[in-house]
Amino acid sequence: MSVSVDPTFVEPSGKQPTEVLRPHAEDAFAGELAALAAQDDRPRPARWKLSPWAVATYLRGGTLPDGTVITPKYVGPRRLVEVAVTTLATDRALLLLGVPGTAKTWVSEHLAAAVSGDSTLLVQGTAGTPEEAIRYGWNYARLLAGGPSRDALVPSPVMRAMAEGMTARVEELTRIPADVQDTLITILSEKTLPIPELGQEVQAVGGFNLIATANDRDRGVNDLSSALRRRFNTVVLPLPESVEAEVDIVARRVDQIGRSLDLPAAPDGIDEIRRVVTVFRELRDGVTADGRTKLKSPSGTLSTAEAISVVTNGFALATHFGDGVLRAGDVAAGMLGAVVRDPAADRVVWQEYLEAVVRERDGWKDFYRACREVSA
Amino acid sequence: MAGAEAGGGEAVGEGTARDRGSGAVGPLLLGVRHHGPGSARAVRGALEAARPRVVLIEGPPEADALIPLAAHEDMRPPVALLAHAVDEPGRSAFWPMAEFSPEWVAIRWALEHGVPARFIDLPATHTLAWEGGTGEGEEAAGLGVRVDPLAALAGAAGCDDAERWWEDVVEHRGAGEGDAFAPFVVLEEAMGALREAYGSGGHERDLVREAYMRLQVRAAQREFGDAVAVVCGAWHVPALRRKAAVAADRALLKGLPKVKADMTWVPWTYRRLSRFSGYGAGIDSPGWYGHLFAAPDRPVERWMTRVAGLLRAEDRIVSSAHVIEAVRLAETLAVMRGRPLAGLSETTDAVRAVMCEGSDVPLALVRDRLVVGDVLGEVPRTAPAVPLQRDLDRLQRRLRLKPEARERETELDLRKETDAERSRLLHRLRLLGVGWGEPVASRGSTGTFRETWRLRWEPELSVRVAEAGVWGTTVQAAATAKAEADAVAAHGLAEVTALAEHCLLAGLSGALPAVMQVLADRAALDSDVGHLAQALPALVRSLRYGDVRGTDTGALAEVAAGLAERVFVGLPPACAALATDAAEEMRGHVDGVHTAVGLLDDATAAGDSGTDSDLRDRWRAVLRVLSGRDGIPGVIRGRAVRLLLDDGELGQDEAARLMGLVLSPGTPPGDAAAWIEGFVGGGSGGGMLLVHDERLLGLVDAWLTGVPADAFTDVLPLLRRTFSAYEPGVRRTLGELVRRGPGRRGSAAGASAGAPGFAPELDTDRADAVLPVVRLLLGLDGDREQHDDNNLAGVTG
Repeated sequence: MSVSVDPTFVEPSGKQPTEVLRPHAEDAFAGELAALAAQDDRPRPARWKLSPWAVATYLRGGTLPDGTVITPKYVGPRRLVEVAVTTLATDRALLLLGVPGTAKTWVSEHLAAAVSGDSTLLVQGTAGTPEEAIRYGWNYARLLAGGPSRDALVPSPVMRAMAEGMTARVEELTRIPADVQDTLITILSEKTLPIPELGQEVQAVGGFNLIATANDRDRGVNDLSSALRRRFNTVVLPLPESVEAEVDIVARRVDQIGRSLDLPAAPDGIDEIRRVVTVFRELRDGVTADGRTKLKSPSGTLSTAEAISVVTNGFALATHFGDGVLRAGDVAAGMLGAVVRDPAADRVVWQEYLEAVVRERDGWKDFYRACREVSA
Repeated sequence: MAGAEAGGGEAVGEGTARDRGSGAVGPLLLGVRHHGPGSARAVRGALEAARPRVVLIEGPPEADALIPLAAHEDMRPPVALLAHAVDEPGRSAFWPMAEFSPEWVAIRWALEHGVPARFIDLPATHTLAWEGGTGEGEEAAGLGVRVDPLAALAGAAGCDDAERWWEDVVEHRGAGEGDAFAPFVVLEEAMGALREAYGSGGHERDLVREAYMRLQVRAAQREFGDAVAVVCGAWHVPALRRKAAVAADRALLKGLPKVKADMTWVPWTYRRLSRFSGYGAGIDSPGWYGHLFAAPDRPVERWMTRVAGLLRAEDRIVSSAHVIEAVRLAETLAVMRGRPLAGLSETTDAVRAVMCEGSDVPLALVRDRLVVGDVLGEVPRTAPAVPLQRDLDRLQRRLRLKPEARERETELDLRKETDAERSRLLHRLRLLGVGWGEPVASRGSTGTFRETWRLRWEPELSVRVAEAGVWGTTVQAAATAKAEADAVAAHGLAEVTALAEHCLLAGLSGALPAVMQVLADRAALDSDVGHLAQALPALVRSLRYGDVRGTDTGALAEVAAGLAERVFVGLPPACAALATDAAEEMRGHVDGVHTAVGLLDDATAAGDSGTDSDLRDRWRAVLRVLSGRDGIPGVIRGRAVRLLLDDGELGQDEAARLMGLVLSPGTPPGDAAAWIEGFVGGGSGGGMLLVHDERLLGLVDAWLTGVPADAFTDVLPLLRRTFSAYEPGVRRTLGELVRRGPGRRGSAAGASAGAPGFAPELDTDRADAVLPVVRLLLGLDGDREQHDDNNLAGVTG
């Protein structure tokens, strides 16, 4: 979240194969990790590259005694980082929850990089993730040639992490079908992965742990069973704390997306962005920015990611069909779409918001009219 | 810090404490933090070790006589010492004590060991006189630890959170480890350094109080030698240790203002302990502190078990494995954060991550029930009367409203000042749960200016008054505080509305802002338009009562307008696809809102205009939507058309057109009958409308005759209900009009110039009959006298 991707073009492949679009955390911040490890004199849990304190410092940022500056990787509440690191240190699996755009994956990658020095033991969860991705698969050529043996077995990232005492990561855990999710239960509680075909098992060695990320307000996800849920400590990553932080994120991302979509240089619409962010935050929090009036919250998530898409959409409209300046009318329609997910209940919420809050607010007349136009 | 502790421990061992007893060192000064469980434990340990012959405690000396009550078997902390000015019960100050308060521990220790205990702070006689009002009372009544110096101390220790630092070094220290006096010595040193840097900390009155305390300590020393223990805020310890000239102290105390003060014990709650306190050091987590104090060992494990129990009682699945993991996480977090013991923040983080699945919702429950807690104290009935009782006595005398056990009815005319005040008093008492008077329906007059009450004072009401003492020292203040608390605790919107009404009746304008805020919040979150529509008329009614009683109702009007706004938005979707019963109920809501909007308009018209008429306009727009949208039950559509018609918003022609649409053959007869019920049904004078507008009657008639035979029996009950509600006269007229036959109806629907209900053209015969009289009156010609007479006779006959 706090690091912007350098948008300059990438060298054509072949010329410099190491120049990847996005290096892993442990490569990008190798210097910082090495400096931390060198000066870390606190006790480290088995197979951890750093002590828990050093891991927390790596994420929160700071200056080491020798003057090395550690850049902050996560700018949210300190408490969350401490709970997350402590969870891993107490040998419990960690579940990072949050709406899209709250840096779940980012935090999980950096945690894995700092703890195990390797953030690549990754299972990407999708609706089609098979059991093999979490347990093990078979190399069928070898299986047919020599029958079941350890040689014919293709270990999953989780299995490798268990064997080597590393941190495994599961992305989008709730998108994985429920029956596949449940294979994690044994791994997390018994710390062992049986291979019945061989009559063997893989037992986790000290240092093995698992970080999962999940989206908690998305519709149509496979909820975790309580048996699995019980094996995780949960940390909910919050949305940006202040309006300014969120406006900043939205403006920056809109700028990046705009460039990749070849929109002309983003017109100056910071006021409109602020307005979109304000509306999103107020509806999400169920209370106006001044904290005086309560509001109903719509059923949608209204994440920062959606605010970004509303603004991007508005810019495209303003550029192609308007005068190039982002105006209330350009974002109104997108806003309506983002807020009103359930046509019956959300429409009432939106109209109440318009009548009770937007109409009375100074300088929001144009926005009110634009929204009334598209809502009618 | 650790080094200082060790050093201090050697310096003041058990032996030194005895040296003190022989007079070498001076009194045993135990500096504490008010409501600190660690301090309380340390105080008990120190008292056990030193065995003083007298215990002196920071607090108003007027309460000395009340100390024995602390050992009474009916006494349950949290309680508070309450000082109030005799002539002015509103002027008061509280010294709350929980079971984990060091002061309470000291009192109990003294009582258990038969040692005298005395309060040594400046008498309440003076402190009450100092204060301008109640609000300042807490501030002046005695502060233990200043926030600023504490922060400086914590900063020196390299910790940014002063509260947490204090907990770590003082409150979380386990009992019984090492020397009982060591913590106090260390603390005194630290406070001494602070006092050198900050002086009185900007509170000049502290110097006076400390002078008084010094004199008291000296007096005790003369009596008991040096076997004197003093329990006071750590801040005061260096000042008490200082050798000051008696004359200088006396000089400081000269000429202090005085009021006649009275003291008693009152029950207290943990919640109020967390809000503010007479010792000035309010605490956020009384429940947690109470737990720390009460738990014999393993506080974190016991706490987690309690949390799990609470969550289980609320139907969350929490297993023992959860508890184990939560304890592990909390303890590791404490290590990670460098704290000696998992504190409240660690346990809270652990509960959130392990037991609440990261959610703050169950956590709020934990905070409310356990961290703050619901503990309510009790005081024995032998405790002196609370000021609330005195205030009530005063009011009863002044208003000549004697408490009698015999039941009697009294009638109040609210236009008279005394009666209005009596009414307010009775309403306030009712709010406080003191059911002295019950309002009964007035006999005879029904005006809003009259109230009838049935009064009866039962002995148990005195107990109720004593219980209500926790809310405040005067009837008004107590009722205000109670109303505010009730508003927060109320379940439904209707409850809050009723409370708002009650507040107005009781003249509690002080409570209104809080109640209104709750009301606005509840209204914003309530998604049932029915609730909102129900609340609106009551609110508007309150607005009018407020007018009668001269209360300020600006906030009320604002909230009512907001509520109306929400009803407007929510009503059309809420009306769609309703069953018959629900539709009928919703029609009642539409009527109620219509009346309310009208009244609201009138009520606020005197204030700023513009927005009000706006409100009415928007209501009409809503009605238009209701009248025209398919899928809304007929009875509501009909009602909406009727309301618009009555308001002159809809022309007769338009109404007839809408009616024609509904009554056209394509509409199911049941729906059409419901529309008619909505349009002309009920006691809304619908019959007269039909009598006067024959076009509408004609439409109804034509539709009714066109209803197919098999459907007729279905619509009959509904129609019968509609028409049977009319007055007999109206029914008969309608019947006659219908009987007059179809020929007339045709002309009624025609396009000629006549107004509805009248023939299209003048009846020349009958018009001619009037002419002679006109002529006569105007004195024109008299030659047609005969003719006129006949006609006149005809007319009169």
